[in-house]
Amino acid sequence: MKFRTRAIHVGNEPDPATGAVVPPIHLASTFIQPGAGTWGTFDYSRSGSPTRANVERTLANLESGCGALAFASGMAATHCATMLLKAGDHVVAGSDIYGGTFRILHKICNRSGIEVTLAAAHDLDAVKNAVRPNTRMIWVETIGNPLMTICNLPLLAELAHENNALLGVDNTFATPVLTRPLELGADICMHSATKYLAGHSDCLAGVLVARVETLFKELAFVQNATGAVLGPFESFLLARGLKTLEMRVREQSRSALNLARWLADHPRVKKVYYPGLEEHPQHQLASQLLDNGFGAMISFEIDGDLDSTKRVCESTKLFGLAVSLGAVESLIEQPASMSHASYDAAARQRFGIRDSLIRISVGLEDVTDLQNDLEQALSR
Amino acid sequence: MNIERTTPSGSLSKGSGTLCVHAGEARQKPSQAITDSICCASTYTFESTQAVIDFIEQKQQREEYGRYGNPNEKVVEQKLAALEGGEHAIVFASGMAAFVGLLMAKLNAGDEVIFFDECYHRSREFCFKHLSRFGVNTHQVKTGDFQAMEDRITPRTKLLISESPTNPHLTVIDLERFAELGRKYRIESLIDATLATPYNLRPLDYGVDYVLHSATKYLGGHNDLLAGVVVGSAEQLESVRYLRGIMGGINSPQNLYLLERGLKTFALRMQQHNKNGQAIAEFLLRHPRIARVYYPGLPNHPTHELAKRTMHGFGGLITFEIKDADWKRTARVIDRVQIPRIGPSLGGVESLIEQPMVMSYFNYSPEDRLKFGIADNMIRLSCGIEDTDDLIEDLQQALEE
Repeated sequence: MKFRTRAIHVGNEPDPATGAVVPPIHLASTFIQPGAGTWGTFDYSRSGSPTRANVERTLANLESGCGALAFASGMAATHCATMLLKAGDHVVAGSDIYGGTFRILHKICNRSGIEVTLAAAHDLDAVKNAVRPNTRMIWVETIGNPLMTICNLPLLAELAHENNALLGVDNTFATPVLTRPLELGADICMHSATKYLAGHSDCLAGVLVARVETLFKELAFVQNATGAVLGPFESFLLARGLKTLEMRVREQSRSALNLARWLADHPRVKKVYYPGLEEHPQHQLASQLLDNGFGAMISFEIDGDLDSTKRVCESTKLFGLAVSLGAVESLIEQPASMSHASYDAAARQRFGIRDSLIRISVGLEDVTDLQNDLEQALSR
Repeated sequence: MNIERTTPSGSLSKGSGTLCVHAGEARQKPSQAITDSICCASTYTFESTQAVIDFIEQKQQREEYGRYGNPNEKVVEQKLAALEGGEHAIVFASGMAAFVGLLMAKLNAGDEVIFFDECYHRSREFCFKHLSRFGVNTHQVKTGDFQAMEDRITPRTKLLISESPTNPHLTVIDLERFAELGRKYRIESLIDATLATPYNLRPLDYGVDYVLHSATKYLGGHNDLLAGVVVGSAEQLESVRYLRGIMGGINSPQNLYLLERGLKTFALRMQQHNKNGQAIAEFLLRHPRIARVYYPGLPNHPTHELAKRTMHGFGGLITFEIKDADWKRTARVIDRVQIPRIGPSLGGVESLIEQPMVMSYFNYSPEDRLKFGIADNMIRLSCGIEDTDDLIEDLQQALEE
């Protein structure tokens, strides 16, 4: 079955007890066991619950993994992946990763004696040079944030495996609609499911999908031990969102490509970062790795300073001023003061996150309405 | 910013995504949240006696008690009114609650109702078995026969009712004529446009007084909530809202939130329902085991020309008949299908399939079934938003003998 059909049916089999076409939301925190010391399918809902198990099956299927784990947030998922590491291990992470991942690597993992080096993930040599004998994990984003760099996942997977390290890929921006990192050799695929997967700005969720069973079991052990699991209501909302995922991502990507082209010609716009534009440095690679579009995130620099850029972000009427992304509502933000404020100023400077950079998340609104809104905001 | 746009035919299309996502919602919400909160309160408190008096004297608009409304309902009603191009919407606990709520508010003993005979069997049952108990007489005439409808009109006729397209024959009604007939005799008119949805057809644009939906279907769209809605002018609907407050058929805040969430992808979902409906109807038409296909998007459908002129697309519901099959042989096709599930209802992301003779008319006499056009070999398929090829492949294998 095709992606769209699987997104609707896998993990959504009718309820055997009632025939309900949508499986019930099981709120139980604990489950009655067949006997003392004999365990049923579910025991205590931190270890697994029917509603979460359903959506985990859908996610594993869509990401071509052997199993998926749903977490309370994207950061809980990332944290779980980093818990595979131990003192003395080293991580190479992409230099334009999400600010929250930057924070967990530099301010949490360091407390356990785990070292981190950042390298431009789209530059294979840079990553290669950053690898050390104790490197156990390479962590990248399919589409980097906020500069929309594209990294060569198959080659990074080879590099990681040659060095006895795992490749973890944050696939939040791309979604499995555009690419499935596990099919390209990655070991762990991570999502902030708060974004496109759930898609409606109304639940926080995180996901890890593992390529092989042994790794899945290790991750499941950590999840159960540390407990940041996704609740039943959020699991239901996530499952509901997945049913329209493919259509949403295709439509939002289509609108984004139109807007990126329009922005590229706009007199106030100095540079557009969007992998669907031919002038994007990794456009060729993006065309190879991504199906169905180039995603719905665009960053662009305008002819302005911190304050005038802020003013543009504050004057849209349809785009909401907020961090987060990937939902039906379009959003706008200034990375320097918002999503990437947890980078220090020197790091922002080094990694090209300028004060005049604006990031937009293109939603499901009509593309003409979105263009008109950006036009009026840019003319202020 | 003008985000409301309609195509000349009166259906939604361009710009409808913006309407689906934003219409009816406050730009700035409490706590600066991007989405509406779910307000579960059964009752709403007043800060003082004076505040109660101000409310009673209508100096202040606000919530009072959960049976009269809730904040989640207001948002959904405004969104639905915007999508239908109507002034006012009232949401009910189900489509039937909306139908009953409207008729009970509008009709008095001695009044008469006329409707076209192809319709949801529970709507018919309510009129004949229950409205009659309150002294309201119902007449049904052949679907699309405007002369018959006009001939039935008396000074006591108060409401003309039809579905468009009808269920399960998918006959499309000429809404200009329908509204015109109402205007000519000063009789209100009601269209149940559940199968069309405002994406494909907006009856109010033709001058119909009320449009009604089982919002359980395409509007909610995920087979996980029940809801109904009536849209029309604020003045005409005032008595309907008032009576609903007494009869109590209100929807819950949780459900209404899910309806609002479902509406965000409504236009997107309809594109795929329309695409699947058209492609599968064409596939069935060519299939040697199929005797007949009812789908307004097919040139051989009796109301195809009208449908083409007035509708943006033709939806996901298809009715078809298996060649030389009795009801059991027909049932075998249904039992062999792998992707659509067997069940009543329609309009959700999951495809559903059913045999009207079994699902809705099993206890009717063969004569009555014949009268309502329900053949033993008839199958009704509600195409979801799955991949088109997957659905066609599945039907292909199910139809193999």
